[in-house]
Amino acid sequence: MADLLAHWDSLPTYLQSTFWILVVTVVLILSVAFTTLWERKVIGWMQLRKGPNRVGSLFGLVPGIFQPFADVIKLLLKEVVIPSASNKWLFRIAPAITLVPAFAAWAVMPLDPALVIADIDAGLLYVLSLTSVGVYGVILAGWATNSKYAFLGAMRSAAQVVAYEIAMGFALVGVVMAAGTLNLGDIIRAQEGGVSNWFFLWLFPLFVVYLIAGVAETNRAPFDVAEGESEIVAGFHVEYSGIAFALFFLAEYANMILISALTAVFFLGGWLSPFEGLLGADSALGAPGFHWLFLKLFFFLTCFMWYRATFPRYRYDQIMRLGWKILIPVTLVWIAVEGLLVYFQVGPWSR
Amino acid sequence: MNVQSVIKTFLLTELLTGLSVTARTLFRKKVTINYPEERTPQSPRFRGLHALRRYANGEERCIACKLCEAVCPALAITIESDVADDGTRRTTRYDIDLFKCIYCGFCEEACPVDAIVETRIHEYHMENRGENIMTKDKLLAVGERYASLIDADKAADARYR
Repeated sequence: MADLLAHWDSLPTYLQSTFWILVVTVVLILSVAFTTLWERKVIGWMQLRKGPNRVGSLFGLVPGIFQPFADVIKLLLKEVVIPSASNKWLFRIAPAITLVPAFAAWAVMPLDPALVIADIDAGLLYVLSLTSVGVYGVILAGWATNSKYAFLGAMRSAAQVVAYEIAMGFALVGVVMAAGTLNLGDIIRAQEGGVSNWFFLWLFPLFVVYLIAGVAETNRAPFDVAEGESEIVAGFHVEYSGIAFALFFLAEYANMILISALTAVFFLGGWLSPFEGLLGADSALGAPGFHWLFLKLFFFLTCFMWYRATFPRYRYDQIMRLGWKILIPVTLVWIAVEGLLVYFQVGPWSR
Repeated sequence: MNVQSVIKTFLLTELLTGLSVTARTLFRKKVTINYPEERTPQSPRFRGLHALRRYANGEERCIACKLCEAVCPALAITIESDVADDGTRRTTRYDIDLFKCIYCGFCEEACPVDAIVETRIHEYHMENRGENIMTKDKLLAVGERYASLIDADKAADARYR
């Protein structure tokens, strides 16, 4: 074991990074698969149903555990229909454009105190730009399909993302002001010292705005007008079938996981332990680690499903009103308040 | 918009109430029945696949009065009749189109001799065109095969009829 570790340390950095990239990607794809199952289970439970329980079971404990694999195999075997009037090159490339940023953003995600694939100082800018690129896939898919439903879905999605990106960006301005850095790892380290130092307390309005904007960013219920089954069939992915359709869903769920992880990093201290302030960072429960990030991520991920099971879809003009007239003013006000707090040295950023 | 409602809106009270409802439901007992293994209880009056019955001595009950044909709201029943060799009035054709049938049970109600009945059988299927027509032979076969089941259901329901 010690030999192996020594050998690992002697490997060049690019090989180590490649290894971690592979691990993160594979784990992420598997998590996306099980997220779909978890969503169907949670929403089922919230509707007094049991959810999928037919495909396999793990020693009789988790009925339906292999449902995602059955779904993927089914979609892989289906034909990818390409409409004759579509722009075929963009039609094919669009699912990849939505998918790649959702995975690429994990490069700067601090997974553990010691583990981040690319520890770059502009990490937050990188994440923001990548999450914005994701929507291009949706817009291109809607445009390339050459169908009015798809096009309407794409336009709605574009307008929605523009509106909520601003609120999201402003919410993160507050985080950057508090942390004094754009490096995600350092943002977490700025929240060290127990729950009272986590940003969600001092930046609570920004935290709520970020949560709402995050749901809107990922085009999830109640902000899923881009799909809008009742009005525009399925929105941007009406004409997609087979594995191309599956890629859109892979991207949607990967984005959900990403936004959940980012919320945990920005506002809930990422891999920091909630017991750090009580027990000290040396004790077993107080020690930071990936498991804490996972728990927080999992909570927010479940919240996405909780929202979907609870809220009806927003009307399009209500979405615009909420984004432009409520969320952005709220963030602006709180950034001003935070500026005063920082100026008068009140709060955890006073050091 | 008064101050109170603005405060309520910004505290997201309505949304949190909704979330608490779904959160409580999450832990409630689930109502799902795992169908092929578990089944919901069935009434003896259940209206499923049709059958034509016979008397205990093997004689057909149906006397071709055509009341069922007349009462059928979906026009699913077609009857032709003739005088049989023993001088009784009998059907020569008794067809029920299962695609037209709406399983209302009026034929059963109308029948003066309890010949046509709807059984509790509801798991059946057709594989070829034309199999949806239940001919007299098929109806009688169902009646013979499930005679004890039908008799038991009739007996269970007898005091309400």
